Amino acid sequence: MSYSTKVLDHYENPRNVGTFGKEDEGVATGMVGAPACGDVMKLQIKVNKDGVIEDAKFKTYGCGSAIASSSLVTEWVKGKTLDEALTIKNTQIAEELALPPVKIHCSVLAEDAIKAAVADYKARHGEMQGEMVETAACKG
Amino acid sequence: MIKTPIYLDYSATTPVDPRVAEVMIPYLTEKFGNPASRSHEFGWEAEKAVEQAREQVAALVNADPKEIIWTSGATESNNLAIKGAAHFYKAKGKHLVTMMTEHKAVIDTMRHLESEGYEVTYLKPEPSGLVDIEKFKAALRPDTILASVMLVNNEIGVIQDIAALGEICRAQGIIFHVDAAQATGKVAIDLAKLKVDLMSFSAHKTYGPKGIGALYVQRKPRVRLEAQMHGGGHERGLRSGTLATHQIAGMGEAFRIAREEMAAENERVRSLRDRLYKGLSQIEEVHVNGDMEQRVPHNLNISFNFVEGESLIMAIRDLAVSSGSACTSASLEPSYVLRALGRSDELAHSSIRFTIGRFTTEEEIDYAIELLKNKIGRLREMSPLWDMFKEGVDLSTVKWASH
Amino acid sequence: MSPVYFDHNATTPLDESVLQAMLPFFREHYGNASSRHEFGRAARQAVDDAREQVADAVGAHPSQVYFVSGGTEANNLLIKGVAARLKPSQVAVSAVEHPSVTVPVQELREHGWKVRRLAVDHAGRIDMDEAKSALREPTGLMSVMLANNETGVIQDVASLAELARSAGALVHTDAVQALGKMPVNFATLNVHAMTLSAHKIYGPKGMGALILDKRLDIKPQITGGGHEKGLRAGTENVPAIVGFGAACMLASDRLAQSSFNLEQMRGRMNQGLRTMGAILFGDGAERLPNTSYFALPGIEGETLVMALDRAGYAVASGSACSSGGADPSPVLLSMGVERELARCAVRVSLGRGNEMSQIERFLQALQDEIFRLKKLAAIAV
Repeated sequence: MSYSTKVLDHYENPRNVGTFGKEDEGVATGMVGAPACGDVMKLQIKVNKDGVIEDAKFKTYGCGSAIASSSLVTEWVKGKTLDEALTIKNTQIAEELALPPVKIHCSVLAEDAIKAAVADYKARHGEMQGEMVETAACKG
Repeated sequence: MIKTPIYLDYSATTPVDPRVAEVMIPYLTEKFGNPASRSHEFGWEAEKAVEQAREQVAALVNADPKEIIWTSGATESNNLAIKGAAHFYKAKGKHLVTMMTEHKAVIDTMRHLESEGYEVTYLKPEPSGLVDIEKFKAALRPDTILASVMLVNNEIGVIQDIAALGEICRAQGIIFHVDAAQATGKVAIDLAKLKVDLMSFSAHKTYGPKGIGALYVQRKPRVRLEAQMHGGGHERGLRSGTLATHQIAGMGEAFRIAREEMAAENERVRSLRDRLYKGLSQIEEVHVNGDMEQRVPHNLNISFNFVEGESLIMAIRDLAVSSGSACTSASLEPSYVLRALGRSDELAHSSIRFTIGRFTTEEEIDYAIELLKNKIGRLREMSPLWDMFKEGVDLSTVKWASH
Repeated sequence: MSPVYFDHNATTPLDESVLQAMLPFFREHYGNASSRHEFGRAARQAVDDAREQVADAVGAHPSQVYFVSGGTEANNLLIKGVAARLKPSQVAVSAVEHPSVTVPVQELREHGWKVRRLAVDHAGRIDMDEAKSALREPTGLMSVMLANNETGVIQDVASLAELARSAGALVHTDAVQALGKMPVNFATLNVHAMTLSAHKIYGPKGMGALILDKRLDIKPQITGGGHEKGLRAGTENVPAIVGFGAACMLASDRLAQSSFNLEQMRGRMNQGLRTMGAILFGDGAERLPNTSYFALPGIEGETLVMALDRAGYAVASGSACSSGGADPSPVLLSMGVERELARCAVRVSLGRGNEMSQIERFLQALQDEIFRLKKLAAIAV
């Protein structure tokens, strides 16, 4: 399988790999996917008092496209409000990375990871009840 | 300086040995006759080469040259053996036995026969990849006409006890077919002793050319087949089509070399494999797939836990290796062979097959070990599963969001 | 002195440039085309390129090209593959087909098919009225070779295909002998399937292709691994595929020039043969430019080819596949040739390496052999 140069770039030099400290303030975590499907994404966001995502980190178990998709969204969510972050769509991710059809599910998973992280943040901060995010893993 | 990518995929295919290429080329150029041409020197010369190669192939497996039929490769041999025998003996019964870990050429052919009304039992191997003799015995029925078990598995390299299986089949009058595509040059084969009726061979897994293979069809006791390819009546009517002299001559030479050099070569290759195994054992959470004792010397199949298979392949692009078998690696399905062994999908996905060969060097093995240590480390750094494992979380108890 | 090769319809020597194209794929780019690593991808690329070259040579689309182990396999695959998908009816084949068509067709009878042989006239051509009458019966498949391996006679496949199509039959043509010796165009011939072979066009043995209309659903005959879009399993024979592609390119490039040269030589050959009292088969029909099929009444074909071999000329009696059999050629018998005369048949098939001077010397040698054999016969009596 041939990967686009953008996927290769994110794969070789992933942005924002890591984990925030457990005690860090304003941190929320979204974990989506399942090992049996071949992809697990963990996206963490750090939200400041104004409700703006000021930092993001990820860890991903998955193919190059999954790693690239999660790396890309850590860049994209930074500086966005939670609601703005929720407007990021998988089609944009897929387009940016030139994902082939068989890898579209990676971009879907990345979108789901954003939703899960935002939902986690809102749940922690009492804005709404923790809602399970329906994800579309194992479609690949 | 190491030249990359390093080829560690000798079970997918091998380069043609230079000595083999040298034998082949004259039959492409000046000795180009059609071996079926009986009216001139060009034809006789080609026919002579074909018969000499037949002797060379027979010699490696201690068979009579008359028992060797040329085909276009092991896939065709498997098709001809299984369909040919099943069709010929259908009046005797319509049940066949094989294993879940056979090559696709056998599995798909069995499926084809099922669509024609035959019944097939697919035996599950033990977690070691080996067949349990008692379970094999139990699968045989009065209407079983054929059993097919590969000598060496293409993915995990385990060697089945075909001597014992052959005895069982012979005692019950069941035709025994063995796919030996991965075995030639690695395992000694003595067809004068083995109770094997049909055996498939391939040239390109043993430093011969692609597009040529053979089928051993035992004469005493005689096994009958219904031909699958018809025409000019070549190969005593069992397989029609102009014989590809250069490919046949190449296969003969490749098998001659295998016979003369396999003992020494296997020792060398085994020491390289063991070196690789020792090096990779230093990495945490690696699991060998398949029995380590009953195994060909050039194969190492390892799963790297908590690392996803495709990203692993991408990370080690400097190594030409397989994840799953070459024939199925275009799909995202985990290897059916590893699943039959009871491996989880995750471990099946993160498995790598290393197959070492005639031209592999110690430097290449050392390079591969270092590369893997680095890359596995890096991918695990990135893996949330590795974190959880390190924190002591039992991943099997986690409720994943998607399920 | 090395013998002169006049048996190009049996097989051809590999062209030097084809060999050069193939060589790197034995030792350098040796990967399995199904492997995903660099070695595999290089092999896959080479296979794809060759598929385009083959398609280009016959006016087909690369997606219509399926590589197989040779012409025999392509014919078997098409006939059995089509029959497995259709309700048994009639299969119509010409009376002069190659055994790799006639034998699989006979096999179909076991599955409830009726076989209709389309008779040919004295020159080996299928009669259109004969075809029309055959097609009045419900017909699933018609298979007619484009050019005959023994006589070189060319059939009007395009017209036959039109007849067959309007009767609802699928049409296949075995173009193994035609390729490289006359223009061959899949689209113009308007057939559903076509068989090609590499070793008749200065490519390697063990390689061929089935050109297939993608709308046709045919049942694979060799299964296991899903190669060639599931139609033909088995590790791709990359060097041979590359060689086939290169040979196809050459065939197209050189067709005009080589046809002209062959026609010239064959003309001189036939003229010489006539003066020796030879009977030329297929005379009067449109034929491939390289084939002379003749008989010298009273001289057994087998005897003559052996004598010519000793004199340094490699020719054939009947087709290579059935050489060795004492039976006269079924092709000639179906053209109404007497058994006695058919036994005297000798085929000379010219090729790229031949020159006019060889024809002249051959005719002289033949004259000498005739004289010698007649003298022997006279003594024997």
